[in-house]
Amino acid sequence: MKNDLVLRVVAKLLIPFILLFALYVQFHGDFGPGGGFQAGVILAAAIIFYALIYGLDRARRVVPEPLVESMMAIGVLIYAGVGVAGLVLGGNFLDYFVLDPNPVLGQHRGIFWVEVGVATTVSGVMLKIFYMFADRGKVDE
Amino acid sequence: MNLAPHLPALQVVVPLMAAPLTVLLRQRDLAYVLALIASWAAFIISALLWLQVEATGTISYAIGSWPAPWGIEYRVDRLSAFVLVLVAGVAAVVLPYSRASIETEVPRRQHYLFYTMFLLCLAGLLGITITGDAFNIFVFLEVSSLSTYVLIALGRDRRALFASYQYLIMGTIGATFIVIGIGLLYLMTGTLNLADMGRRIAAVQNTRPVLAALAFLTVGISLKLALFPLHQWLPNAYAFAPSAVSAFLAATATKVAVYVLLRFYYSVFGQSQVFARLPMQEAMLLLALAGMFAASAIAIFQTDLKRLFAYSSVGQVGYIILGLSFNSTSGLTASIAHLFNHGITKGAIFMLLGCVVLVMGGTSMARVQGLGKRMPLTSLGIVVCGLSLIGVPGTAGFVSKWYLLLAALEKGQWWLVFLIVASSLLAVAYVWRFVEAAYFREPRKDVVGSGAVPWSMGLPAAVLVAATGYFGLDTSFTVGSASRAAALLMEGLR
Amino acid sequence: MTGSGHFSYFVTVFLMVAGLFIVIARSNLIKKLVGLGIFQTSVYLLYIAPGKLVGGTAPILSDAFSVYSNPLPHVLILTAIVVGVATLALGLALVVRIREAYDSIEEDDILARDAAPGPIEQDP
Repeated sequence: MKNDLVLRVVAKLLIPFILLFALYVQFHGDFGPGGGFQAGVILAAAIIFYALIYGLDRARRVVPEPLVESMMAIGVLIYAGVGVAGLVLGGNFLDYFVLDPNPVLGQHRGIFWVEVGVATTVSGVMLKIFYMFADRGKVDE
Repeated sequence: MNLAPHLPALQVVVPLMAAPLTVLLRQRDLAYVLALIASWAAFIISALLWLQVEATGTISYAIGSWPAPWGIEYRVDRLSAFVLVLVAGVAAVVLPYSRASIETEVPRRQHYLFYTMFLLCLAGLLGITITGDAFNIFVFLEVSSLSTYVLIALGRDRRALFASYQYLIMGTIGATFIVIGIGLLYLMTGTLNLADMGRRIAAVQNTRPVLAALAFLTVGISLKLALFPLHQWLPNAYAFAPSAVSAFLAATATKVAVYVLLRFYYSVFGQSQVFARLPMQEAMLLLALAGMFAASAIAIFQTDLKRLFAYSSVGQVGYIILGLSFNSTSGLTASIAHLFNHGITKGAIFMLLGCVVLVMGGTSMARVQGLGKRMPLTSLGIVVCGLSLIGVPGTAGFVSKWYLLLAALEKGQWWLVFLIVASSLLAVAYVWRFVEAAYFREPRKDVVGSGAVPWSMGLPAAVLVAATGYFGLDTSFTVGSASRAAALLMEGLR
Repeated sequence: MTGSGHFSYFVTVFLMVAGLFIVIARSNLIKKLVGLGIFQTSVYLLYIAPGKLVGGTAPILSDAFSVYSNPLPHVLILTAIVVGVATLALGLALVVRIREAYDSIEEDDILARDAAPGPIEQDP
């Protein structure tokens, strides 16, 4: 598909905006529809779009496989880490109130980091699924 | 920082955090060590929780410091603590066993992923048992189910793939039925906390959505339980999965589903609702009896040992549900005790069968001929566990069958006593198939065994076989815990 | 008991039964997964439809409003959607492997091929 001029130009125009939109959705989960899962999927969609136009190998160079596998695990660890931080700081597991002297700010902080963890894991999983499925069988280029 | 008040959370968090760490570590030996530490830590935590509950009563832990019923509550009462000890204990024994067992059954480069999935399954099962929030049960149920589908698909026979797919379809339908039931309950009571639901449901008891919720929950949980006739996924899944996976699942997966059923029936709906308004007693009784007889009968005609004992599992689940259908303290005691006793017996059998797979290459009747000569200790272990399945005095299986007979006598149902004994005769038939092949036939010339059973596999299997015998003689832990848990359930609201 | 007030519940039941029918009646493995997805979607509707209260506004605290729609079902369904996606991904991965092992994704074909069990195959 990389020989088609229109597709290439449109992809180059759109992908940065898709990534930006993913970040927007990520941080607006508090106030409107959005959050970690949706942002992670949009982020992965941008990379998959790139892979569809420019080929799986180019995408693999941009986001290598070991990075994707690590992203899956690190996201879960960030989420659980927020929980353990609540434990260490004196509250129960996943207690956001103790994360900051002001309990409301503590809630904000907890939600922020938890959503970062979720987005990381979800985008990693979606990308990994795409890499695994695209790899098997015939690849027409 | 004092960890003691946070044990309920740590029970789930320890295996849950170890799982992504095994993915990051990649190296199979490091992953094994981490998984071992995590599962043994989970077992120690479950033992500590059991001791604490026995001493001080129900423990309640608010996740995120949001008090129940607004937040998710982890609640450990006598029943949960008992099931936690079973699940964590079996995991702690199966994990060292699995290291050598998966050498021949799972490709090397996937070993570290096996440990990841094992830890996720363990975290899911522990989470189901410990949580006091209805939707949380669904979430952990799906966590454990999805990792189970992956574990089963790791089997080396290509039929494992289709078995896993079938289990995926049926299991997801079951879980979706459960979530429909939970949704209807949430709509009618306005809360997701199980204890709160139990209190609020009295006001809406006679409405149709609540009855519908009961129906959906029963069917969904019965699918997970492998209650006849919703058991179709079990024989294939247990037969074609790697042996360590069969051992772990046979001992824990259906038992945790029984726990969920007990929790919903007694703590949420209350026995009056379930048994008085609907003919649940008759329905459960019929299905349990059908399972006991049909599954045990089918087991007799199997040509592969793993499939034979998988069908035996379906039959034994029938006993557990039979005890439940009596709706009496002694019936529940028998159910809960059999939950534990059958768990350790089946775990031991599948671990021993895994040793047979390692040495003889398979568990078909042809390969097993003359096993008494070739692998004497393994055969003896299988015979001892077979005696426990039949219910011979001196083994754990006898204890729970005895209490089941007592519960039936208490109800004055002599015909039930006769049926329970009759189905035990069927168990004799399928255990005799193994004994006859192993001890009364000569080993076939075209089947050559190789190697011996390593210590890492023999010792865990021996531990569970010894436990089967020990809990047949010293029943204070099993029956004591079971009777106290049953009394707690029969009281109604927690 | 007006029909129009219960429109979403009629849709829910229709989707539920349609999904279950597809799972049971179709032997193609991918179609079964599609049916499963439709069945799970009906459950999302079952949770979310009652969450919207008559005259309720978005659940952000404000002095001008007193009736808010319930945000909890949305959170629950978000989790359920993720579970559904994971199940679908796993199911499709299994179908890919089954295709490679059996050369077919029709249930009847696979069961027929299993009637005469093949050799135990190692993973490539």
